[in-house]
Amino acid sequence: MADGASNEAFVEFERVQKSYDGETLVVKDLNLTMPKGEFLTMLGPSGSGKTTCLMMLAGFETATHGDIRLGGVSINDIPPHKRGIGMVFQNYALFPHMTIAENLAFPLEVRKLGKAEQEEKVKRALDMVEMGSFGGRRPAQLSGGQQQRVALARALVFEPELVLMDEPLGALDKQLREKMQFEITHLAHQLGITTVYVTHDQTEALTMSDRVAVFDDGRIQQLAPPDKLYEQPENSFVAQFIGENNTLEGVIKEIKGNTCVVQLDGGEIIDAVPVNVSQVGERTRVSIRPERVEYNRDRLHADAHTLKAEVLEFIYMGDIFRTRLRVAGNDEFIIKTRNAPDQVRLKPGQEIEIGWLAEDCRALDAS
Amino acid sequence: MRQKMRALMLVAPLLIFVVVTFIVPILSMLFRSVENDIVPNTIPGTVIALSQWDGSSGEPPHENVYRNLYIDLFKAEEAKQHTRLGSRLNYEQSGLSSLFRTTGRSLDDIGELWQDPLEDIDPNFEEGSFWFEMMSGSGGEDFLETRRELMALMSDEDMNGDVGFVPSEEIIQLLPWTARAYTDFALWAAIRDGDTVAEEDPWESVYGALGMDLTNPDTVSAINSYNGAGASALQAAAANIDQLPQFGFREAFTEEDKDWGSADIWATIKLYSPSMTPGYFLNSVDMTLTPDGIVMKPENQQIYTTLFMRTLIMALIITASCIVLGYPVAWLLANLPMRTASILMILVLLPFWTSLLVRTSAWKVLLQQQGVINEILVWLGFVNDADRLVLMNNATGTVIAMTHILLPFMILPLYSVMKTIPPSYQRAAKSLGATNWTAFWRVYFPQSVPGIGAGSILVFILAIGYYITPEIVGGTDGVFISNRIAYHISSSLNWGLAAALGSILLVVVLGLYWCYDKIVGIDNVKLGG
Repeated sequence: MADGASNEAFVEFERVQKSYDGETLVVKDLNLTMPKGEFLTMLGPSGSGKTTCLMMLAGFETATHGDIRLGGVSINDIPPHKRGIGMVFQNYALFPHMTIAENLAFPLEVRKLGKAEQEEKVKRALDMVEMGSFGGRRPAQLSGGQQQRVALARALVFEPELVLMDEPLGALDKQLREKMQFEITHLAHQLGITTVYVTHDQTEALTMSDRVAVFDDGRIQQLAPPDKLYEQPENSFVAQFIGENNTLEGVIKEIKGNTCVVQLDGGEIIDAVPVNVSQVGERTRVSIRPERVEYNRDRLHADAHTLKAEVLEFIYMGDIFRTRLRVAGNDEFIIKTRNAPDQVRLKPGQEIEIGWLAEDCRALDAS
Repeated sequence: MRQKMRALMLVAPLLIFVVVTFIVPILSMLFRSVENDIVPNTIPGTVIALSQWDGSSGEPPHENVYRNLYIDLFKAEEAKQHTRLGSRLNYEQSGLSSLFRTTGRSLDDIGELWQDPLEDIDPNFEEGSFWFEMMSGSGGEDFLETRRELMALMSDEDMNGDVGFVPSEEIIQLLPWTARAYTDFALWAAIRDGDTVAEEDPWESVYGALGMDLTNPDTVSAINSYNGAGASALQAAAANIDQLPQFGFREAFTEEDKDWGSADIWATIKLYSPSMTPGYFLNSVDMTLTPDGIVMKPENQQIYTTLFMRTLIMALIITASCIVLGYPVAWLLANLPMRTASILMILVLLPFWTSLLVRTSAWKVLLQQQGVINEILVWLGFVNDADRLVLMNNATGTVIAMTHILLPFMILPLYSVMKTIPPSYQRAAKSLGATNWTAFWRVYFPQSVPGIGAGSILVFILAIGYYITPEIVGGTDGVFISNRIAYHISSSLNWGLAAALGSILLVVVLGLYWCYDKIVGIDNVKLGG
């Protein structure tokens, strides 16, 4: 969380529901609390309800049920132009018939600021995004990255306390996107603005956010800081959706406090951490990140369970090696190893034994 | 190269179609608006003779002009071209049409003034074969060809063919007027009537022409030393000049109609003698060409400038009402959900599937004093039965009906432009703090301006040349310049004036288009996409 962020709720969704046709709910019972200064990302596949949430916050959609509060005040009945929320759109939405400076002056003009003050703020905002010399140009004369910066400056120029961003980097190429990710987070934290960021790119969500809300099927599946989200997914959907993931199906054999024993469908026995399983005999799907799999016995606990594996494919990716294995009947089991001087390069056909620390292997719901 | 040829072949049918049905008619219209060949073609000799005449003297022209007029007019009357000339000159001075028509009828009588005494002097003059023998010879081939060309120009017909007659060089020198008249007669008889020249009695104009020749003392003395064919008859005529009329053709014409003695008439003819004339264009802007220069027409005859102004102003009013009415509809079309929008779209397009005439007639039913609108207003008590609104046969009717008819041409370009404006612009404006109105006016409207531009150009240009609707509901106050053009094309048959009015309209439209391009920029006009 950013410096100066307080724990007091600034943005609150309380039991919010949204339906467009009166039958199916696009957003089901959404509860979310954001403190001031937080950078929160709504991540999810398309149709998961994340953009609808953002639009409800901006005021372009009304909640069918529930309450949305901003700074403790319900904003359900406040029209969008009075909410004072800055917004960056997916296609930038820079007004094509105005120059960059006019675009930036627009929010100040409708707020009836003096000419001199407008000019000064526009200049400051443009300098902030390093676009100071582009004030006289039209949006069509700028590159995608430049338009993106201007859109950001325009959303910030009237100093809103809350900024919403709807997949703002979707149209940029990879390198520029990474650069802008850094710049946006940097700016947001520097200015101490509360930011709600919508994306379907998990890398973007992980690298930029204080917290990430993973959406699926109109619900928040998990709301957590990026490291927790990646390392400790709370259900199969989150585990699958965030990062690369190996899964093995099985049945719970034994639960002992923080560890459990799972018998895989092929009969093999492994250790895992029970997350959302509760009783012996329940079906489970265990999840293990590719980089947490070990085939060097020296690095495992002496009593750790191991599995036999056959190397199917070895892919050299520069910084890492990516090896595909057949494990317990699963042909798509991936392991990733760092390209270190002492690293072994596995060959297809080779038989190895793999294992992991019990705490890296999570027994999740089977659905 | 081959590829280009192939591509050219593909577009050729359209290209030819456009050239034949569009470019050629426009060029021909432009040409027709200044063309004046009819005067120099119909009375070529008169036009040349008249060029010597000084119109400002107030005196009628010299006898020579009347002689040429007689020769020219006689053959024009035979070809029935003199009435066309009369109609043409009547556009410039009324009364000339009937003058030419009545004079045409008495040309034979004038000729007989000389024919009768000549036949009394020598009965040989009654014989076609005698004339043929006297006039034929050799060496006059060039003379024949010159007369043939003039005849072809005058009658607008092909005069090629064997005449069976060549004028004698000696007679051409001896009797220049007679040679002209007789050669004309021979050409007409042989080629147009298909007769043998020797068997035909010559035209009365030939006798008149001989009379002209006999007034020249040099000719008389030459006849006396002449010994070719018909010498005795000619010498008898020369000896009895006193039996021939003792007056010239000026008197003969003036006797038939005293207008021929008026310098005004001749001034008009002289003014319109050149084969190109600015006369039609001057007429189109209520001016006229007089011997004293270009002057405005009398105020009670000025109609075209008023009509042009009215056409422009009403086209602007119609364009403005189309914008006002069409904009909200186009906005709805672009912003309603698909299903509703397509129903609305059908309503917009419906007029296109109905005949223009039917729609206009429907307006007639709605707008008349006993019509639907007035009945409803009276029934609702908004209007007294005694003073029902006059909505038709005036400018109001034209504006109402044409706004309705041209509305789709405004809505469709507007719609296609509005369709391309993403809703996120207005959302962005609102999120930046703009009210609905500001978001519309500052963000949406400027982006829809290219649509307004395209629609306005379409509607305005269509309106400025509209014909049917003003004709039916416009009465007299609500008609456009195009109605006047149609009148000159189909009723008054003054095609030159119609062409000049049309050309002016074309230039005005092109001029406005140019201004529009300078002010708005034609690149800013979008018909969609």
